[in-house]
Amino acid sequence: MALLSFERKYRVRGGTFIGGDLFDFWVGPFYVGFFGVTTIFFAALGTALIFYGAAIGPTWNPWLISIAPPDIKYGLAFAPLREGGLWQIITICAVGAFVSWALREAEICRKLGMGYHVPVAFGFAIFAYVSLVVIRPMLLGAWGFGFPYGIFSHLDWVSNTGYQYLHFHYNPAHMLAVSFFFTTALALGLHGSLVLSAVNPAKGTDVKSPEYEDTFFRDLIGYSVGTLGIHRVGLLLALNATFWSAVCIIISGPFWSRGWPEWWTWWLNLPIWR
Amino acid sequence: MKGNFVKILAIVAPLLALTGCEFGTKVVEQVGPRGTGQQLVTDKSGMKKAGVVPPPPYPLTPDMLQGPRAGVTYQNVKVLGDISTDQFNYTMAAITTWIAPPEQGCNYCHNPANMASDEKYTKVVARRMFQMTQNINANWKPHFAQVATGPGGTAVASVAPAGAGVTCWTCHRGNAVPVNHWSNAVADPRGIKGNKHGQDTPLQSVAYASLPYDSFSSYLSGQEQIRVQDTRQLRNPGHVVPISQTEKTYGLMMHMSQSLGVNCSFCHNSQAFGNWAISRPTRVNAWYGIRMVREINNSYINSLDSVWPANRRGPAGDPLKVNCATCHQGIQKPLGGYHMLKDYPALSGPTSPAAAPVTATAPAAAIPATTAMAAPPAVVPAKPAA
Repeated sequence: MALLSFERKYRVRGGTFIGGDLFDFWVGPFYVGFFGVTTIFFAALGTALIFYGAAIGPTWNPWLISIAPPDIKYGLAFAPLREGGLWQIITICAVGAFVSWALREAEICRKLGMGYHVPVAFGFAIFAYVSLVVIRPMLLGAWGFGFPYGIFSHLDWVSNTGYQYLHFHYNPAHMLAVSFFFTTALALGLHGSLVLSAVNPAKGTDVKSPEYEDTFFRDLIGYSVGTLGIHRVGLLLALNATFWSAVCIIISGPFWSRGWPEWWTWWLNLPIWR
Repeated sequence: MKGNFVKILAIVAPLLALTGCEFGTKVVEQVGPRGTGQQLVTDKSGMKKAGVVPPPPYPLTPDMLQGPRAGVTYQNVKVLGDISTDQFNYTMAAITTWIAPPEQGCNYCHNPANMASDEKYTKVVARRMFQMTQNINANWKPHFAQVATGPGGTAVASVAPAGAGVTCWTCHRGNAVPVNHWSNAVADPRGIKGNKHGQDTPLQSVAYASLPYDSFSSYLSGQEQIRVQDTRQLRNPGHVVPISQTEKTYGLMMHMSQSLGVNCSFCHNSQAFGNWAISRPTRVNAWYGIRMVREINNSYINSLDSVWPANRRGPAGDPLKVNCATCHQGIQKPLGGYHMLKDYPALSGPTSPAAAPVTATAPAAAIPATTAMAAPPAVVPAKPAA
């Protein structure tokens, strides 16, 4: 694979957390590193186990293949392979692969002397996944509370789990998470279109500088968050979306077992107007 | 200074948010195949306790079932005429403690100077309520019947011994009017001001959601069907249901969940709410329950229309009626499934056939037939009263 002209300058040794020089090399464009190896290991093993689960399961229809967690009766113990044990090992592989990937990002950050913003951001996504399949099941005392690995089956799980709280849209953290997801999309839509509008000026005219971008929003809403600021806003929105989705499922069950609409009675029962 | 304020806020705000939480021990139950998310999670502190069952007024011995019939001994006995005088008095003693305010006792229903007189409305109601109780116990066994659950929560339409049945105590619990009741909502004012279109009011009857709160008049006294989900995939021009109908159904289901202290998964797999094949057997009990409540409200409460005085009517003028909470009071089996009826054989079925209402429908034929579940539990023949 061809090496891009600038890559030689940035392909520096060192900065690894583990393994020293052992895995400190590149394969084509990809940095390997110790965590690249563990990523490959966990991802390959997990995927192979999913195929194994499909092979011993009832269908090869990709929509319907499902690796289900064990019955609740197994609690936090290991279950037989065909009764949820597979799900448990695949979950370990998934967490291993995701965390390895984040650490590989961190090693690359160290090599380049950059901040850890990307691995930290990815860490929020890992946290959301771990909330679903590790934290909440542990709080409720059984791996059976995790979601199944299947395209349709995980949707059914989400639906049934939501209806356990009668009306999930009343979950306050779900409200926050949904609002942040929408706002993230709005911010990215505005930012992307603004940048493209600056670099696609009227035919025959010059590409516009960031001052034009700032002026557009000052004219429109009286304020521009700025070229750097918009990325701070974007990251803040995106991380909040992920964080509150994790919170909304952790509290459903471990910290609230009734209908979510009823949670809001604290407001109705405030001593001011009760 | 400003920094400190932010720090304090950052600590206090999440703590305040946590005050709405339940930290108690959770009781968990799996009610569907693994991986479907069909689980019941309940906080121990939030679980309603089964109400206490009062002991019989005195033992009902077999020899008390002998002797002259009540209809011969007393005048104007229309429903319980075929039981013995002793059993009649025993039953009267029981219902007095169950229902009548203690300071009034027998006089709550009877004129002490002429016990046979129907001059008090409460006596007329009580007679109808005896017929209702007998009808429920004799003809609505499928609502109480325990349906066995097969592997993975699949339905096995076998009917275990008929359930506990009901007595007056099941609903009344020492009150002249059962605590949980409903009546039609007063119509919203027309125009904009104060018109909430029958919704957006955090009432217990809809589990404090913004859903329409007058579902009961449509489904529990009205005959409206819950047929929101289409059985066919994609768009079906022959099945158009307005969103208001969907929300009304949702409101009713919220009430049912709250009344039993359960959630939607207790009966349904939300993959397809209407599909009997993937529903739990408890949905069959609930299906009969809706129809039973409908019959109670129409044939036994609304039918007494002119008898009800103003203080037994709701703001819209209709009599106070029953819903799921009237009996269940927050638990799956009223009174924890205690078989109270065994001590009160007079309530288990019609004792004088002439007076027995024949309004009980045969719901088995009407159950929506789709799949394996379509074979509804057979109606268990009424056991002869002891």
